[in-house]
Amino acid sequence: MATPTSALRLRVYQLLVLAAMVLAWFVLTSPTLLPPLYFSNPNQAAFFFGEPHKVFLRIVDWFVTGDIFVHLGVTLFETLMAFALGTAGGLLVGLWLALSPTASAILDPYIKAANSMPRVILAPIFSVWFGLGVWSKVALGFTLVFFIVFFNVYQGVREVSPTVLANARMLGASQRQLLRHVYLPSATSWVFSSLHTSVGLAFVGAVVGEYLGSARGVGYLILQAEGTFDINTVFAGIVVLTAFALALDAIVGVLEKRLMKWQPRSGETEKV
Amino acid sequence: MSAPALALDGVSCTFVSRDDPSQRYTAVSDVTLNVAPGEFVSVVGPTGCGKSTLLNLGAGLLEPSSGKVTVFGEPLRGVNMRAGYMFQTDALMPWRSALDNVTAGLQFRGVDAAEAKRQGDEWLKRVGLGGFGDRYPHQLSGGMRKRTALAQTLILDPDIILMDEPFSALDIQTRQLMENEVLELWAARRKAVLFITHDLDEAIAMSDRVVVLSAGPASHPIGEFPIDLPRPRDVAEIRTLPRFLDLHNRIWAVLREEVLKGYAQQKLHA
Repeated sequence: MATPTSALRLRVYQLLVLAAMVLAWFVLTSPTLLPPLYFSNPNQAAFFFGEPHKVFLRIVDWFVTGDIFVHLGVTLFETLMAFALGTAGGLLVGLWLALSPTASAILDPYIKAANSMPRVILAPIFSVWFGLGVWSKVALGFTLVFFIVFFNVYQGVREVSPTVLANARMLGASQRQLLRHVYLPSATSWVFSSLHTSVGLAFVGAVVGEYLGSARGVGYLILQAEGTFDINTVFAGIVVLTAFALALDAIVGVLEKRLMKWQPRSGETEKV
Repeated sequence: MSAPALALDGVSCTFVSRDDPSQRYTAVSDVTLNVAPGEFVSVVGPTGCGKSTLLNLGAGLLEPSSGKVTVFGEPLRGVNMRAGYMFQTDALMPWRSALDNVTAGLQFRGVDAAEAKRQGDEWLKRVGLGGFGDRYPHQLSGGMRKRTALAQTLILDPDIILMDEPFSALDIQTRQLMENEVLELWAARRKAVLFITHDLDEAIAMSDRVVVLSAGPASHPIGEFPIDLPRPRDVAEIRTLPRFLDLHNRIWAVLREEVLKGYAQQKLHA
């Protein structure tokens, strides 16, 4: 276990790395600080790589004027919908196929095929089906999240300890109760291990969907800025997206800690 | 004479490999075994002789290939609801606290939550785990997990208790403590017990009757020894009685050959 002081020190070092990166970015792209190293024109580095203080001002400007909120709201809505629907769908289908060997044997090749297909190419089809609004992005995110959760649930149910299962049956659990009290909790631990990945993929689905055609969202902002070669805004969009992806991941982490407190953690040696 | 609590009548059990139906393994063959109500019967045998298979048949988790299983005179269909089963390996639900594990059977039967908690707390105290109800299984030691499993099984007050080497993973001191505790609990309620073990000392110390199983495959009972040692017993002290040694020698004479046979077969397959 890390002691508090070493944890603090670690935090400081992490911040120093960030500061060093931002500083290097600033120095290397500033039109005035250094003579141009690679580009012939001193403004070109800033043109291609943006400038950190301008990116920062852009972000501040977004939040002060409130311009960003409608776009961020749309992107977050798409992400959360894709995440929720994909997780629920993966959970249901995973449970169903894991408990019904015949259905799983029949569908096996199709699931493999659907999973190995690069799903981003479905985006244009979803745009045609669901329009350019939020639902085509939700659909894209859903296809990404669904399979991750599905495979984990499937695996989780398959790997329920036979002894625990037999024990629950001997204690009088009905088929329904087995599902509720044995299969589901057992699968949940597998689902949680996949949620960190799937929340990120839900984000990818939303942003890529927006990028490929939309009228709102952070992906749309980035696309617009790119159209006018406004690199600072592109970077600002990326930074905002990253911050919110980290926040969502942290929320999943907190949930996991709460719901999975029964799981032994490495390093936890308390035994009585 | 009332019907036996559990009767295996000419039971055989053959497993067929799922991938290759020509691969068969007969674990037990033509086993007849009765456990009277209130009787403590142990089954000993070499490793891999199908002892656990017998127990699973009695629990209704396995269906016999031939022969029949009756419970208090009724043919057994599906899971044996009059039996409680203590497994050899950890069978607690890791996502439930000790208390929730103990009360799981009551919950499955639709017992009111408050009443289940009251009984669960009582049973935890009875097995020496009062105050540990909110621990999860991974926070308990091996012995404590066994106690929880014991409470989980006995809280339902089953008429038949099936135990599959329940203490084999415990160190010798904990083990003797648990054995005495089980005997005490059993003496208070006098249920039929079918106890599987590979440890002859344990079998003699605890049982009314010891059944010796031959080495597998197709193992079957080859000897039955009534244990006429006085009760109540202390499993540690009883080992020093001359009668205990005498019984031990007689049973070991039968068991020894089977153990060697079983060992030779395992070496052959290794």
